[in-house]
Amino acid sequence: MSDQGVDKGKRCFLVAATSVVGGVAAGAAAVPFIGSMLPSERAKAAGAPVEVDISTLAPGDKVTAEWRGQPVWVVRRTKEMLDTLPKLDSVVSDPKSERKKDELTPKYARNEHRSIKPEYLVVVGICTHLGCAPVDKLKAGPEPFEANWEGGFYCPCHGSLFDLAGRVYKNKPAPDNLKIPPHKYLSDGRILIGVDTEGA
Amino acid sequence: MAAAEKPPVTITGAGPLSGVLSGLLTWIDQRFPLVSSWKEHLAEYYAPKNFNFWYYFGSLALLVLVMQLVSGIFLTMFYKPDAAQAFASVEYIMRDVWGGWIIRYLHSTGASMFFLVVYLHMFRGLLYGSYRKPRELVWIVGMLIFLCLMAEAFFGYLLPWGQMSYWGAQVIVNLFDAIPLIGPTIAVWIRGDYVVSDATLNRFFAFHVIAIPLVLLGMVAAHILALHEVGSNNPDGIEIKQKKDAAGRPLDGIPFHPYYTVKDTLGAAVFLIVFAICIFFLPEMGGYFLEYNNFIPADPLRTPTHIAPLWYFTPYYSILRAITETFMWVLGAGVIGMVVLIVLSVANNLVRLASVAAGAVLLIGFYALDPKVWGVVLMGVAVMIFIPLPWLDRSPVKSIRYKGPIFKSALAAFVIVFVLLGYLGTQPVTDTGTLISQVCTALYFLFFLLMPWYTAIDKCKPEPERVT
Repeated sequence: MSDQGVDKGKRCFLVAATSVVGGVAAGAAAVPFIGSMLPSERAKAAGAPVEVDISTLAPGDKVTAEWRGQPVWVVRRTKEMLDTLPKLDSVVSDPKSERKKDELTPKYARNEHRSIKPEYLVVVGICTHLGCAPVDKLKAGPEPFEANWEGGFYCPCHGSLFDLAGRVYKNKPAPDNLKIPPHKYLSDGRILIGVDTEGA
Repeated sequence: MAAAEKPPVTITGAGPLSGVLSGLLTWIDQRFPLVSSWKEHLAEYYAPKNFNFWYYFGSLALLVLVMQLVSGIFLTMFYKPDAAQAFASVEYIMRDVWGGWIIRYLHSTGASMFFLVVYLHMFRGLLYGSYRKPRELVWIVGMLIFLCLMAEAFFGYLLPWGQMSYWGAQVIVNLFDAIPLIGPTIAVWIRGDYVVSDATLNRFFAFHVIAIPLVLLGMVAAHILALHEVGSNNPDGIEIKQKKDAAGRPLDGIPFHPYYTVKDTLGAAVFLIVFAICIFFLPEMGGYFLEYNNFIPADPLRTPTHIAPLWYFTPYYSILRAITETFMWVLGAGVIGMVVLIVLSVANNLVRLASVAAGAVLLIGFYALDPKVWGVVLMGVAVMIFIPLPWLDRSPVKSIRYKGPIFKSALAAFVIVFVLLGYLGTQPVTDTGTLISQVCTALYFLFFLLMPWYTAIDKCKPEPERVT
């Protein structure tokens, strides 16, 4: 094979130029592939608000609604249940709902009971740790996971505990309180989950 | 090289067919590196003559890989990757497809067997120092195979669309949520939706049946090529290539074929007996191979009361659960301890400075970020920490046979800790369980992090000249 007449500088330039242009093209070509994995228009549109009828909910009971594929709980708290909340201020990690408050607790729920009406707790039933659905342990009394249990929710996946206002107990894997979804009362017996009075 | 320059292939022992076969193979060999590949990887690949029981698991892993590919291909003929139909299509395979149940059990039992065999294969590496120079790349590629296998198992587990499939995927994808700033976006991007849904199932199917298997096959080829470049280690941990005969063959080596092909066939036969017992009598293995909750269709509104991953992920799941707010203090103390140890024992000022800086960054991070983030980070590190093993082990010998009492105790403790973490990961959370898993998590990391020191001071025995 002959090496005569090989212009190495030119070859080097052409290889470099092609690589740069090709690299840009490859990067651009990756965009639709990466983008295709984002939620589709259909998935985005599926987030419509849902209405929940709470007129038949007995005191101390809970109903679950589905909003954006997530469970939303409405708990009708009794007087005794509400009385447990101040007692737990020292046990929960964020008693005043100050962490990530814009994301987790709308303005109208930034109070002791984390709700619009003290009686009704409306909360997304997804653990802020890794997304499991905590289970109801609404009744007070000793539990295997907590001797002085005042009632609330227990996440079976990693043992996080939440009180009856969805506030997370200290020193548990979940970092934050349960999310309060945007919601508003259409009437005394009907709640709309997904929108609130402040627009959105 | 021109085709005609190669010598013809001569086959004897095939009776009247010998001539035809020789002619055919000669024709192929002149157009394809048939004879040279055969010699390089089988007939003239010299493996140490002292392989023992532990050396079955490499070839068994290859066997299980083939079984998974074949059973998987047949399952895709009947399975529907659609949230509305997936669960029912698996039951269709189990009940209505001729032989469907055995194909499905082959695949589900095969997954557990794959991990069993691979864990034992990795343990062999730890026993005999197979990760040490010059086999660092064999080890690293092997670890990448292990990562692929974990991804493959995770993606595959969503497909039956049972309760455990759904909530397992929900938990693992939410791990990415813990990454500061970009985490939530990444989690949504992986799921293709705001919760695990049909979009997630469909793409996990694509990853499980094509993307990961392609990478896995490439990695397996690289693993074997790298191994055949440097040659196999052996239970004595000495290099057989240092003592060769006049023809350049290792004195303690025997050709892989027929010696080890025959040995491995025996291993495969015994393994298949065990495998068949599982498939025919224990396909669920008491909830360890197939979890009972996975026979309930996925319900996005209700998490099963006790969720646990399959047994092969539970050691790492335990580590994830062990990281709580109080444990962060232990981690902080551990980081300070490591930095002090490095500053006191390493002479290089650059290393000292780097370790102080890294320690400071970690401590600030422990303070600034949630324990949740560190749980995820430590779980990832726990898997990856095997990779630097070739450089952490500073023992003058490779094999456990000649290593001293400290390494032997450390390895024994590591095995106990790994099994204990695995057991605790299958159990619901209790205070005692969390405490034990925290102690085990600390010991797990200390096995690796302190290795440069304890292997250096260990009293090793001299290695033999030749394999024993």
